[in-house]
Amino acid sequence: MKPIRPVGIVGYGGYVPAYRIKASEIGRMWGNDGCALPIIEKAVAGPDEDMTTIAYEAARYALQRAGIDPHEIGAVFIGSESKPYAVKPSGTIVAEALGIGSQLLAADYEFACKAGTEAFQTCIGLVSSGMAKYAMAIGADTAQGKPADELEYTAASGGAAFVFGLKSDETVAYVEGSCSYTTDTADFWRRAGQPYPAHFGRFTGKPAYFRHVITAARMLMEELGLGPEDFDWAVFHQPNAKFPIKAAKMLGIPTEKLEPGLLVRYIGNTYSGSSPLGLAATLDVARPGDRILMVSYGSGAGSDAFSFIVQDAIEEKRPLAPPIRAFIARKKYVDYASYARFRGKLLR
Amino acid sequence: MSVPKFWREIPHKYRLVGSRCRSCGAIYHPRRPICPRCGSRDMEDVKLSHRGRLLAFTVIRRAPSDMADLRPYVVGLIELEDGVKVLSQVVDCDPAELKPGLELEATLRRIRVHGPAGVIEYGYKFRPVIKWEAEAGEGQ
Ligand SMILES: [Zn+2]
Repeated sequence: MKPIRPVGIVGYGGYVPAYRIKASEIGRMWGNDGCALPIIEKAVAGPDEDMTTIAYEAARYALQRAGIDPHEIGAVFIGSESKPYAVKPSGTIVAEALGIGSQLLAADYEFACKAGTEAFQTCIGLVSSGMAKYAMAIGADTAQGKPADELEYTAASGGAAFVFGLKSDETVAYVEGSCSYTTDTADFWRRAGQPYPAHFGRFTGKPAYFRHVITAARMLMEELGLGPEDFDWAVFHQPNAKFPIKAAKMLGIPTEKLEPGLLVRYIGNTYSGSSPLGLAATLDVARPGDRILMVSYGSGAGSDAFSFIVQDAIEEKRPLAPPIRAFIARKKYVDYASYARFRGKLLR
Repeated sequence: MSVPKFWREIPHKYRLVGSRCRSCGAIYHPRRPICPRCGSRDMEDVKLSHRGRLLAFTVIRRAPSDMADLRPYVVGLIELEDGVKVLSQVVDCDPAELKPGLELEATLRRIRVHGPAGVIEYGYKFRPVIKWEAEAGEGQ
């Protein structure tokens, strides 16, 4: 997919809550001491945080870097699987808190872990068509795994926001092209009214994550006439550290190109925030002219693949908000009891 | 708090909007219809600075029932960069880390949740300013 008029990122920002729980602490709780753990630690939202407040934090940093009048934003789309309200768009609260005007389109998107990049695609379309001057896409989650389930070790909180506008000297990177691949694959789901998701164990790997990520990435490369060697950096959805590294290997991309955006070991799987936070962390270190491959994955299942070319404005806008590594460094450990209290896991 | 009352307070709760007296220049938060200093009714909305310094604080251990889930929590008196003083919860830090003069910034958090089916009230809270080291080639 290539927009008719080229579109770029005017501003970006990310946010990770201050609290962490070590995977070994979750293992201790459930008698899993000494077993191999998928990550080191994961980010835990504080007791007064939710997906909407995380989206607000990411969005305010994106606006800080964008340096635009918030009233010129015509759309706020938030991708998430942990919406505080089942009915009431989270974007209404984020827009109001940021002083974005009311002449606004707002909706919450749902596509498991790729809801954030779904929002990228619509924002690109709205801006390219001229229906909106600027449009904001946010991927954010306070993901929860069922206590003792293997997902509990990784399901984490965080998010990132991107303001899209027509490509100009003000954009920090532009979209070279994008591609989406979607099939009916029930690897992971959550039925209406259920507090925790269900998943199909090992089925989440080969026919789900790898098939969609690899296919979307290859389709994009074919469409743009590019090979893996043409990308300076790559970001994949990160449900654990193993999957993105293996996906890169399958595509012929060296692991070093993943490093800046590979955050899962330190913050966990932030679901809809995962690949968007990886992109933000990569923009924190990329140089003008660099080409970034980004591929999301959402269970159910699908992948969005994007190629971004970094522009000169990155140098000037990058210092206007904290880099992702500042949030990773800011941490307070909690034990399982505090984590259970913060995230409402105790019955009363 | 009722839903309509909360809705009316959104500008000052979400965006730290205060009032400035057009006659004498005094700034207030929350908003006021009449200036307590000079009695003027000529007030305008003004967005206050989201940064400030902690003047004093206290740790709340006996909380009202709808805030009990957050206890113990810190309430601080904060002087914003534009000179206005606000009372706010201070989050993401242990009381032991707090001292007068600490630089804080405003963020948006849940203030109160009205049960599993009710409305969620959001509003400003303050937290220590997030600082970072610039890497080579990055300014700050
Ligand atoms: Zn006055």
